[in-house]
Amino acid sequence: MEVLEIARWQFGITTVYHFFFSPLTMGLAVLTAILHTFYYRTNSEHYKLLTKYFGKLFIIIFALGVVTGIVLEFQFGMAWSNYSRFVGDIFGIPLAIEALLAFFLESTFIAVWLFGWNRLPKGIHLLSIWLVAIGSNLSALWILIANAWMQVPVGYTLNNGRAELSDFIAVMLNEQMLVMVQHTIIAAFVTGGLFMLGISAWQIMRKNQVEIFGKSARIALVFTAVSALLVATTGHKHAQHTVKHQPMKMAAMEGLWETEQPASFSMFALIDQENRTSSREFKLPYMLSVLAYNNTTSEVKGMNDLQKEYEAKYGPGDYLPPVKVVYWSFRLMVGLGMLFIVFAIYGLILWWRDKLEESKTYLKLATIIMFLPLVANSLGWIVAEMGRQPWVVYGLMLTRDGVSPNVTAGEMALTTVVFTLVYGILAAVAVYLIHRFAKPGVPEDSEKMLHAY
Amino acid sequence: MDFQMIWFILIAILFIGYFILEGFDFGVGILMPFISKDDTDRRVVINTIGPFWDANEVWLITAGGAMFAAFPHWYATLFSGFYIPLFLMLLALILRAVGFEFRSKMPQPWWRKTFDQFIFWGSLIPAFLWGVAFTNIVQGLPIGADMNFTGNLLHILNPYAFLGGVVVVLIFVLHGALFLSLRTTDGLKERAESIAEFLWVPIAVITALFAILGYWNTVLFEGLGLVPGSFPTLAILSFIACFVFMKLKMQGYAFGFVALTILMGAAVVFYGLFPNVMPSSINEAYHLTVYNASSSDLTLKIMSIVALFFVPIVLAYQGWSYYVFSKRISRDAIPRE
Repeated sequence: MEVLEIARWQFGITTVYHFFFSPLTMGLAVLTAILHTFYYRTNSEHYKLLTKYFGKLFIIIFALGVVTGIVLEFQFGMAWSNYSRFVGDIFGIPLAIEALLAFFLESTFIAVWLFGWNRLPKGIHLLSIWLVAIGSNLSALWILIANAWMQVPVGYTLNNGRAELSDFIAVMLNEQMLVMVQHTIIAAFVTGGLFMLGISAWQIMRKNQVEIFGKSARIALVFTAVSALLVATTGHKHAQHTVKHQPMKMAAMEGLWETEQPASFSMFALIDQENRTSSREFKLPYMLSVLAYNNTTSEVKGMNDLQKEYEAKYGPGDYLPPVKVVYWSFRLMVGLGMLFIVFAIYGLILWWRDKLEESKTYLKLATIIMFLPLVANSLGWIVAEMGRQPWVVYGLMLTRDGVSPNVTAGEMALTTVVFTLVYGILAAVAVYLIHRFAKPGVPEDSEKMLHAY
Repeated sequence: MDFQMIWFILIAILFIGYFILEGFDFGVGILMPFISKDDTDRRVVINTIGPFWDANEVWLITAGGAMFAAFPHWYATLFSGFYIPLFLMLLALILRAVGFEFRSKMPQPWWRKTFDQFIFWGSLIPAFLWGVAFTNIVQGLPIGADMNFTGNLLHILNPYAFLGGVVVVLIFVLHGALFLSLRTTDGLKERAESIAEFLWVPIAVITALFAILGYWNTVLFEGLGLVPGSFPTLAILSFIACFVFMKLKMQGYAFGFVALTILMGAAVVFYGLFPNVMPSSINEAYHLTVYNASSSDLTLKIMSIVALFFVPIVLAYQGWSYYVFSKRISRDAIPRE
C-alpha cells in the first residue's frame, strides 16, 4: 500500500473510533446533568443514586473520548502536513478555540464534579456537571466549524499557495456548519438517550431496583423520542444543503448516475462504479426531489453530468467518491434513524398504557438497540467524509496532495497497526468495565471519596 | 511588536504552562511505584493529581492548536518531522490516562500492576521525549528548502538530545516530589521530602553539564559571550532558592521555585530561538522563522482577541479548582475495598 492509502486508513480508524465515544459523551453528559438537576430540585435519594450511577459509566466513556481525541489533533500535523500547511490559517483557529473554550471547561469541571461530592455547595456542584455538558457539546461545535470548512470552504482567499482567511464571520457562521452541528449534536442526544434507556431496561428486566430504573428509563425515553424526531428533520435540512453545495456527494448517496426530474429515491441498487451503472434498482418516485428540495418537481443532477461539469471546471480526473460505500452508509443510517424514532415512540405508548416494566420484548430490544446509534453515527460520518472524496477540501485540495511527504509507508503502517491494536484492547476493557459497574445497579451511598482513582 | 511576536510569546507561555503543570504530574507518575509502600499509598499518590492531570494536559492540546493556527508551517514541520517520537508520546499519554482511570476500578493485583506500569512509563516517556524534542530544535534540524525535515530517527536520538531528555525527566521528578510533599500526610510526605532533597545535587550537576555542553551544541548561545544573560541567571538562582527552602522545610516555596526554574529554563530556549522557531542545520536560508511560518495577520489578530478574553477566564477557573482541592489527602480518604 502507498503512504496515502495507509494514512487514510489511519485517519478513518482513529476518527471513527473517537466518534464512538464523543457522541456518547455529549449525550450522557447532558443526561447526567438532567438527573443531577432532578436530584437538586427534589432532593430525592433515587435521583442522587442514579446521578452517581450514570456518572460512573459516563466517566469511563469520557476517558476514552479524551485520550483518542489527542491523537486526532496531532495527526493533522504528523500524517497530513501538506494539508496542515494549506489550511492552517483557517482550520487552526477553531481547533485552538476548541481547546481553549471547550477542553479546559470539560476537563476542569469533570474533576470538580467527580471529586466535589460533599465538598462543594450544592448549587456549584450542579453547575459543574452542566459546564461539562456544555463544554463537551461546545467542542462539537468548534470541530464542526473546522470540518464544515473542508466541506464547503468559505471566507478565504488563495494566497502564497494556501488558503488564507478573508472573512472570519463567514467561516464561523458557515451554513454547512449550522446544518451539521444541529444534526450531530442531536444525534449525540439520541446516542446518550438510548444508552441510558438500554441500561435501565436491562436492570428492569433483571428485576433489579425496578422503581429507581423506571425513573431513568422514562427520562431517557422522552429525551430520546424528541431527539430522534429532530435528527430526522435536521437530517432533511442537511440533505437540502448538500444537494446545493456538494451535488456529487448527494448523487453518490443516491447512486444516481443520470440526472432526473423529478428524481426518485433509490431503495436498493447493485452499484457498479467501474461501468457507471446500477442494476436491480428499486425506486420510490418523486421522493428524492422531496428529500433534496422539499417538493415533487425539482431536478437532481446525476454523477455522469457532474463528472463532466467537474472536468470542465477542475481539469481531467476522476471526481467520483466511492459510490457503493456512500450509498449504503447513507441508506443504513437513515434506516437506523427511522428505527430509533419508532422504537422511542413505541416506548412512550407502553408508558402511557403503564406497561413499560412488563413488556419483556421491549426491554430486551432496548438492551440491543442501545448499541446501534454508535453504528448510525459512524455511518453518518462516513457519508460526510467519503462522500467528499477525492477532495480533502472540497474544490480546493485533493486528498492525495495533503499527506506528509517525509513520512514513510513503513512508519505510517507501524503506527496504524499499533493504534488499531491498542484501540481494540481499550474498547474491550471499557466494555468489560461498563458491564461490571452497570450490573450491580445503583451503589450504596458513601461519604468517602466516591470517585477516587 | 507585531502579531507574530505576540503569538510566539503566547505559544511559549502555553508550553511553559504545560511543562510546569504537567511537569509535576509526570513527576508524581514516575515516583508512584517507588515512593509507595502499599496499594493504599499508591492510590493516595494518584489521587493527589486526580483532579488536575487531565486539565494540565489540555495545556498541551491548546499549545498544539495554537501552533496550528498561528504558525501552520511550524506545526506541520515539527509534527511530521518528529513522527515516531510523537507517536510514542501519544501512545504513552493514552496508556497513562487509562491507567489513572481504570487501575483502581478492579481489585486484582495483576490488573493494578499492569496499569501502574502504564502510569509509570506513560509519565516517563513523554517527559523524556519533550526533552529530546526541544533539545533537537535548539540543536538545529536538517530542514530542507521545502520546510520539511529530511533526517531520520537516529538523528533525533543523538547523545546530546538524550541528555536533554534525562534533564527534563529529573527536574520533573523533583517537581513531582515537592508536589507530593505538599499534598500528602503520614509517611508519604516525609519520603517525598527526602527524595527531593536527595535528588537536588545530582540534578544540579547533570543540568549544569547539559547547559555547558549547550555552548557547543545549540544555537542558543550564538552571539552570546561568556556571561549567559538574565534568563539563565534567574534559572540558576531559582534552582538554588529551591534548595534553600527545602532545607528550611518550606516546601511550598521550594515547589514554587522549581516551577520558576522550569519557566526560566524554557524561557532560555524560546528567547534563544527567536525569531527562529525551527533552525535548519543545512542552510540558514531554510530556517523556519516566526515570519515565514506564520498565518496571515487577520488570523493572528482574531486569535489574539479570543486569547485576550478567554485565557484569563480559563486561568481563573483552573486556579479555583486547585484552591478547591488544596487539602492534603490522607490514607483514610481512600475507600476501603
